[in-house]
Amino acid sequence: MMLQTDIAVIGAGPAGANAALAAARQGFSVMLLDEQPLPGGQVWRAKSTAILDAPATPEGDAGDRLRQSVKRSSVTYAGDARVWQIEPVEGAWQLHMLKGGRTAPLRARALVIATGAREFVQPVPGWTTPGVLGLAGATALFKQELALPGKRIIVSGTGPLVFYVAAEIRRLGGEVAAVVTPNSQGDWLRVLPAMLPRPDLLMRGARWIADLMASGVPIHWRHAVTRVEGGSRVRGVGFRKLAPDWSPIGTSQGLEGDSLCLGNGLIPAVEAAQLAGVALAYHPELGGWVPRHDEDGATDVPGVFICGDSAGIRGAAAAEIHGRLAGLCAAQHLGADTRKERKQLRPIHARAARFGTTMTALSIPRAGLAQLTTEETVICRCESLTRSAIAAEIAGGARSSNAVKSGLRAGMGACGGKFCQTTVARMIAAADGRAEADVPPPTPRPPLRPVPVSVLAGDFEYSDLPIPKPAPL
Amino acid sequence: MTRIYDIAVIGGGIMGCACALRVAEGGMLPIVLDQGDLGQGASGVNAGTLSLQIKRVRLMPYALKGHHEWARMGNAVGFHKTGGYTLAFTEHEAELLYERQRLKAEAGAPISFVSAQTLRKAEPGLTQKVVAASYCPEDGYANSSLTGQYYRRRLQDQSISYHERCPVTAVDHDSNGFTLATPIGPVRARRLLLAAGAWLRPVAALLGVDLPVRARVNTVSVTGRMPPLVSTVIGHATGLLTMKQKANGTVLVGGGWQGRGTPQAGRGQVTAETVVPNLALAQYALPGLGNARVLRSWTGFEANVPDFYPLAGALPGVENAFVLGCVRGGYTIGPYIGRLMGDFILSREPELPLFDPARNFDEEAT
Repeated sequence: MMLQTDIAVIGAGPAGANAALAAARQGFSVMLLDEQPLPGGQVWRAKSTAILDAPATPEGDAGDRLRQSVKRSSVTYAGDARVWQIEPVEGAWQLHMLKGGRTAPLRARALVIATGAREFVQPVPGWTTPGVLGLAGATALFKQELALPGKRIIVSGTGPLVFYVAAEIRRLGGEVAAVVTPNSQGDWLRVLPAMLPRPDLLMRGARWIADLMASGVPIHWRHAVTRVEGGSRVRGVGFRKLAPDWSPIGTSQGLEGDSLCLGNGLIPAVEAAQLAGVALAYHPELGGWVPRHDEDGATDVPGVFICGDSAGIRGAAAAEIHGRLAGLCAAQHLGADTRKERKQLRPIHARAARFGTTMTALSIPRAGLAQLTTEETVICRCESLTRSAIAAEIAGGARSSNAVKSGLRAGMGACGGKFCQTTVARMIAAADGRAEADVPPPTPRPPLRPVPVSVLAGDFEYSDLPIPKPAPL
Repeated sequence: MTRIYDIAVIGGGIMGCACALRVAEGGMLPIVLDQGDLGQGASGVNAGTLSLQIKRVRLMPYALKGHHEWARMGNAVGFHKTGGYTLAFTEHEAELLYERQRLKAEAGAPISFVSAQTLRKAEPGLTQKVVAASYCPEDGYANSSLTGQYYRRRLQDQSISYHERCPVTAVDHDSNGFTLATPIGPVRARRLLLAAGAWLRPVAALLGVDLPVRARVNTVSVTGRMPPLVSTVIGHATGLLTMKQKANGTVLVGGGWQGRGTPQAGRGQVTAETVVPNLALAQYALPGLGNARVLRSWTGFEANVPDFYPLAGALPGVENAFVLGCVRGGYTIGPYIGRLMGDFILSREPELPLFDPARNFDEEAT
């Protein structure tokens, strides 16, 4: 029997979970889906159930509160569920999800997409060496397993995340070899006024930095890791001073360490929205390509709403409120009157979003950082394609993401282009002197996550297969 | 002064590009215009099967010539001649297979029937539930995603002008020829070839001609890399399965299961309702495929007219305008029929007859 619900919410981070709660409070049946066992998303990820006791953190507490709220609500939570297909069927939305080794359809009258973000890493020579992981990936390890990627860890990247990761490593008993960040102290001073409305977060950040400095961890401002040494395992990195546009200048210095956490900001995860037919617009200040939406998260596709970082990187605080807006918007679509409540929430969201987008601005790579990717650096990890191979394809006339993907298979691998497509699109734009807004990502295709053939096929008899009549002879 | 081309080709797929190359060889100055990228329509997203066993009987001579064209293109298009088996799993399918393959063999395809024992020896990974099987040594595949890259290079090598992301939005014609409105400004040409695949109908409408072109929305899926499972191209008696394992270990599954959408509304969409039985059928034929992970499913628009035979000839009612498309098995036959079309435009006698677009499209006619 097919599962049915009024509203399906994909993603149970701060945005999705709050969307689900807000819609459920309006009296609608809501199903909240996430790939993780429990709600919380990446930012408020739940600890592994094997870990019984751990010190409280602001992220852990916020996540626990959210998990409690979902548990006490009428929202039906489906964890460990991977949505692989979204399609319109008979005026409703049909999702297909992988859960418990089977695929099951779910029909919903409205859809809220809250699929969050993924990390952008500007590829540098050696970035695929074992022992290198993303800043965001590292936080997942900390939050879920309370584990560290190594003993002496180099932390490199943009925005506040680099300091959060360094502080967490120290809190969990690891050694931070150094923090390397393309941002300058001046960049941070300039955003102070925008941070003042959130003194709690400002203080927290200041404490991270003060703690690093007090304990003698070097902070290399306006520097970037330019290569990873090792081969079979990280042994150290080279790093260089950056110009104001973040192009590398000066001589290379060395640092020893057994692992590297590396990240250059977040990119909205838009594939689910694309599959639902939502058009994208280019907003570099929100992390790049974002699904077109209004301030409440309504998209151009009737019955599809989007919120949180998948609608543009505005941070967790804004995501909570954006989620409520989108959930209320979905409720409105199904007949509730939520106009008053949404009107009250909008200015609150706008304030939170201002803070979030300030942090996003610090995290977004400036143009010169692309120079870190040398000719022989692997860009597409799935197919081991170097920058020079991709540059040759572009020079040969492939002038769209789809054309490069067709000719080279860049983005055809298991990751579905998530690692390489931003870098490839920037290379095409640069080669042609076009704006990045003129080089959209490749056509989205299901499944959103790889699915085994046997799971799709399920149990069947040959005679059950609806084989159509043969083509004309 | 604006350059006047001898011919403007609307549509940079296999047929448009092959024809442009032929007329250039014959001394004409062509220009190719595509609304998207070269070879990104049906030419670039089909399953790449080169199988005589799934071709229409009347098109067999064209398909045989087509295979030679692909063999000549070779590595640049990922051509592999592997041989291919077509399978029947029920008595009814076996009858269908015997009847159809006999007619195709009479039409010139070297198709034979093989015993269960022979099949098992050649392809031990296939299911034991095969009731009947046919074999064709000419069968194989090419990598359709290389189509754009291949023709881009060929056009560049011949110094043929082409413009991508260049939709033609209006066509004017007078006694001197055609003027096409495009994003790069007006393009003037003495002749015009419409080779826009599934988009032929709206393009012909720019000239006031109504072509009864429809589109099927064929689904194709690819898996992650797998250890060797199958070494030949596998088909099904009904034609509703094609499967081959590429040199890199990925398995490509097609067969013409229908997705959703129309060419006018952009790319088509995969539906779970059809891609699931398509993959189940593939797994039934090749049980080891069950462990493979599907990485991506997509659709391509295959154009046709009601009698499912090609449009290849003069566009009715418009002097010096031509149309080429709607070829069933168009990937296999495309490079060859593009060449024939080029000869026709060059006023040479084509090696094999073309298909008059002014004919009466009676679905029953064969």
